[in-house]
Amino acid sequence: MPLYHTEDQAMLADTARQFMAGEGAIAKQLRHWRDTNCKDGFGHALWKQFAELGFTGILVDEADGGLGMGHVEAGIVLEEIGRNLTPSPFLTSSVMAATALGGASAETKGRYLPGLLSGDSVFAVAIDEGAKHRPERIATRAQRAGNGFSISGAKAFVVHGGSADMLVVAARTSGSDEDHDGITLFAVPRDASGLSQDVVRLVDSSMASHVKLDNVAVDADAVIGEVDGGRELLNRMLNAGRVGAAAESVGVAGGAFDMTTAYLKQRKQFGQLIGEFQALQHRAAHLYSEVEIARAAVIKAQQLLDAGSEKADLMVSVAKAKAGKAAGLAVREGVQMHGGIGMTDEYDIGLYMKRDRALAEFMGDLYYHADRVAKMSGY
Amino acid sequence: MSDLDAFRAEIRAWLEENCPPEMREPVRGDDDMCWGGRKFQFKNEAQKLWLERCAAKGYTVPEWPKPYGGAGMSAAEAKIWREEMHRINARPPLSSFGIWMLGPALLKFGTEEQKVHYLNQIARGEIRWCQGYSEPGSGSDLVSLQTYGEDKGDHWVVNGQKIWTSYANKADWIFCLVRTDKANKYQGISFLLFDMESPGVSTKPILLISGSSPFCETFFDNVKVPKHQIVGDLNRGWDVAKYLLGHEREMISGAGGNDRLNTIGAVLSREGLEDPLLRAELAMFDVDALAFSAMGEKFLDEIKVGKAHPAQPNMMKYAGTELNKRRYELLMAGGGSAALEWDSEASDGGSRPRAWLRTKANSIEGGTSEVMLNVISKRILDLPGA
Repeated sequence: MPLYHTEDQAMLADTARQFMAGEGAIAKQLRHWRDTNCKDGFGHALWKQFAELGFTGILVDEADGGLGMGHVEAGIVLEEIGRNLTPSPFLTSSVMAATALGGASAETKGRYLPGLLSGDSVFAVAIDEGAKHRPERIATRAQRAGNGFSISGAKAFVVHGGSADMLVVAARTSGSDEDHDGITLFAVPRDASGLSQDVVRLVDSSMASHVKLDNVAVDADAVIGEVDGGRELLNRMLNAGRVGAAAESVGVAGGAFDMTTAYLKQRKQFGQLIGEFQALQHRAAHLYSEVEIARAAVIKAQQLLDAGSEKADLMVSVAKAKAGKAAGLAVREGVQMHGGIGMTDEYDIGLYMKRDRALAEFMGDLYYHADRVAKMSGY
Repeated sequence: MSDLDAFRAEIRAWLEENCPPEMREPVRGDDDMCWGGRKFQFKNEAQKLWLERCAAKGYTVPEWPKPYGGAGMSAAEAKIWREEMHRINARPPLSSFGIWMLGPALLKFGTEEQKVHYLNQIARGEIRWCQGYSEPGSGSDLVSLQTYGEDKGDHWVVNGQKIWTSYANKADWIFCLVRTDKANKYQGISFLLFDMESPGVSTKPILLISGSSPFCETFFDNVKVPKHQIVGDLNRGWDVAKYLLGHEREMISGAGGNDRLNTIGAVLSREGLEDPLLRAELAMFDVDALAFSAMGEKFLDEIKVGKAHPAQPNMMKYAGTELNKRRYELLMAGGGSAALEWDSEASDGGSRPRAWLRTKANSIEGGTSEVMLNVISKRILDLPGA
């Protein structure tokens, strides 16, 4: 399959671009919700529009009421989200939770997918247990109790945890903390008894929570997939989140880059446009090259995932690492090339820097994924 | 089964039957490559057979039209051809500047007669070409070149000097930029083809820091070039040159799924990788290298359907060559003192340090990295005054 968008995908990209640049624009969404101290960090009216456009069903099978598309299409939406810094639960709900539910029983799907598709239920994913992404180690435990399970443990930095209706919780039903096997995914309602959250605002104005689970009782039908055999489904959900975050990073990089090159063509110093200085031209050209390469890595990873290729794991880590690298460079160069005004809250370039920092951590940073590339390559 | 699936099956069967086992071994060095030409010595019978079998089917230049020696494959078919070649690790039957550089220029600018004549020779590996661009005083500022062709009615008389002419001493013919109008800088250059055995042509290899001499100085002393050996219009050779440089940059970039760009850490870990900081650098490099291999694939896909920015080869050349230089720095660091051995048998005649030194030319030849960044600034980013 060629590494560019098909006609249908290009049409989706046009729709997403127009929608995000219009309804999802920085002034209308990110700044508005930040400046009004919104406890969710995103707007529910916009989220309903995501659902009306069908975006929430991109990764849901047609048989289950979705559009039955793939990671390339989800990435198209995410790139525009990144470019406009549009806050929404798309990545956690429509990408990660939808992927997890794709591996659920028909009954579980029937219970959760309608709400996920309509946008009436927001999903968050509770995987990490510390400040760094480390899904190999899961200490949160779920023990059989009566007809269901009792879950105890702590999850850290659960993005949108506070506003989500349902949390997809990765817990251990057997074995020790570092074991590969013995993982089970659960759908846990936010208002379950014994579940408490400490919501914190992050640098990019998104909201995350520290979730405590203290003997949270769930029915057996809260299980998504297999009991003890959830690692494979967890990995599928992680891959979806990682390649999705990488696509959003490419959008962040593209947005910051466009702002910066526009500024180079407009700002004058020493009686000339600063974009005439070769010192800046070469850095801008290098940055262009890095962002292009990151975009290529991301679409390659998306296609491999969609094709179910065994090479997808490796390329997903390459994509997450490379996109993080390129976006990090884009926002740093962006702020520097804007000079003093790049440090002001009034200019958007600083918002790109903040979003990049949060995305870099989400589902594993450059170092985590470069290490994973090394391990998968046998060193 | 779709048409393309049937095509793949046909290619796979043909390769299985026709690619000799010796031609499925990895290419270890330059002398494993088949360059063709009047002076070429085949390394073994398999190499000769492989060239002949491929040339007979048009497979040395699969996408060129059949009348010019190609197989007339579509972009999708050619991709399948490359994938199937890659699957059995088949060596390219023929490598040449004729295929990579002159051929595309002739397809675009040549007359029908020139195409039939020269392209078939290139496709069969009969004539080996070299490129006469740079001059001692005209490197990055190529358009200032001074080699002059004086109009003598039915021919030009060419005088001047070229430098960095790759394999000029092994080549049969040269495609050469010659000034035909001294009053006009850009529109005073013509693109001429001539035989390196013409009276007045001489070459002198240049010894490089790697210890080898792939480049030559080439001298022209009253060389007679018939008028019909011009490609494109008189004084419009710069258009041809620019088009061809795009192909050269694409080639040097390593686009096309070059396996050498894959996971260097795996290579070095077999030699013992004890330093955690070096391992970390290798991992960071491998991220960049694997991402760039996707870029190479994307670039080729896009260029086939006209989706790539026309100046994108400059980006590919910049990124690919800088990556290759980094790769060899890491190979040297990973090899330690063993990578310093210059001529021992154990070091395969110092192949690693020589290759390391050779890579330093990657970001100079065919347009320096700095010139590439200038071109990206101007043509892609549209930055002012660039």
